[in-house]
Amino acid sequence: MATPPDAPAPPDEFGGSRRSHLFRDLFRQEGTKGVAVAVVSTIVVFGVIVYVVTHSPNWPAVKHLFFNGKEFVSTFPEIASKFVRNIEYFLICEVVILAFALFLAVLRSLPGPVFFPLRLMAVVYTDVFRGIPTILVIYLLGFGVPALALKGVPSSATFWALVALILSYSAYVAEVYRAGIESIHPSQAAAARSLGLTRWKAMRFVVIPQAVRRVVPPLLNDFVALQKDTALVAFVVAVPEAFLQAQIFQQGDFNFTPLLCAALLFLMITIPLTRLVDYLLARQRRRRQAGSAL
Amino acid sequence: MTEALRVEDVSKSYDGTTVLKGVSLTLAEHEVVCLIGASGSGKSTLLRCIDLLEPVDAGRIIVRGEDVAERGVDQNRVRRRIGIVFQAFNLFPHMTVLRNVTLGPREALGEHRTEAEERARGMLARFGLGDRADEYPDRLSGGQQQRVAIVRALAMNPDLLLLDEITSALDPELVGEVLNVVRDLAAQGMTMLIATHEMGFARDIAGRVAFLDEGRIAEEGPPQRIFTDPANPRTRQFLDRIIEAGRL
Repeated sequence: MATPPDAPAPPDEFGGSRRSHLFRDLFRQEGTKGVAVAVVSTIVVFGVIVYVVTHSPNWPAVKHLFFNGKEFVSTFPEIASKFVRNIEYFLICEVVILAFALFLAVLRSLPGPVFFPLRLMAVVYTDVFRGIPTILVIYLLGFGVPALALKGVPSSATFWALVALILSYSAYVAEVYRAGIESIHPSQAAAARSLGLTRWKAMRFVVIPQAVRRVVPPLLNDFVALQKDTALVAFVVAVPEAFLQAQIFQQGDFNFTPLLCAALLFLMITIPLTRLVDYLLARQRRRRQAGSAL
Repeated sequence: MTEALRVEDVSKSYDGTTVLKGVSLTLAEHEVVCLIGASGSGKSTLLRCIDLLEPVDAGRIIVRGEDVAERGVDQNRVRRRIGIVFQAFNLFPHMTVLRNVTLGPREALGEHRTEAEERARGMLARFGLGDRADEYPDRLSGGQQQRVAIVRALAMNPDLLLLDEITSALDPELVGEVLNVVRDLAAQGMTMLIATHEMGFARDIAGRVAFLDEGRIAEEGPPQRIFTDPANPRTRQFLDRIIEAGRL
């Protein structure tokens, strides 16, 4: 903002025109005739797909195994009740990740030669945990640590699986925070330091609040991924959450429909979250265009 | 006449480019000195060095008798005594005007919230910003934002105020309101070092004008003499260019 606007910015009461709205764009840009074409074309395309699939030689068997209405009705409530665990895991992990990752990002942005070892540690940490598949960390900690039978250390596989999720995701989220911190112009920190604030207070009151605001959309993206990845806990844990419960039904009933139930439950959370991210990103873009600094 | 600031032989370079080549300058208490010179002559760098926002490579910066550029000096304590206002305002966009002004007193001076806010509201009112205290900076005009930045610096009760081309980012019609604030401060006896391109303003307000050229003070003296009869041909050249551009 080299030349800030001299008139107050107008309130943003208009929907952003650059937001990509599947349906709204269609209506605005193509008119009635366009909409009619879109409807016909959609019906044709989906009609063909449905026809091909349902007329495939093995469709009745597939339908019975994957899209079984009876199985769906009988297993859905149980899986849904276990899905509460996924939400719990997600919430617990998210709170810890948000704090721990911010700590890592701040470590990494400490200046001067004295803090080199801390910066180095933060860099090694993010490199290592971003470089290992999350499922591997879950296996290693979920099976490995309880096997050590250390005194005074929790031996629950669930606990360590969640720790693994936290370690893994914190590496990603720390990078998001760091990008946010680096995106705040140095003149902001200089203004804070010029008031006699310490480096830490300049960070805390001026840089971090602005950085966090700026990275809310990418953070939410990582939330969506984390919500899905709570299903990975099923690989080391005996206490069933939605995915494990679905597997149990699948193996007991020789039917894959329960997995579909689990998938549906995840979608019920992740799709609204994704829409929220889109909305926030669009709002941010709009504000930037309006010339506001936030 | 007590000395407020003495800059002695200060040098500064960035990545091999020498910006300041041994600058020396003194300011007495209650004195207003204007720094003039072309863009890139080192005016901003000198002000940033004085506020310890940039470390100097060589030389001394003495604020009321204390060498503040020395190693081991608590830089935060020094910065609390020196106010600086930037060309691009650098207000904190996520804070209200009131919070912008009270951040320093509360977090650097340890003032209580009620006390700091009361004082801030009083100062804002004095500078015609009383009704803006609870707005965010992006709702203000550029002139208002820059006045808030001045109040933010003043809220620390500085011994010395540094102004770094504070009207250069403003639309022409908004320059006046900001310069009037500075005139008020000068009348009240604030010690100020002002980097500026507003030659008419410099001529009115400055007790002394220093012309900075290629990292050195090429000439300094009372404004009447510098502007009408400069001794250094470089100063004359610079002023001729300014007159050509219609700025004097």
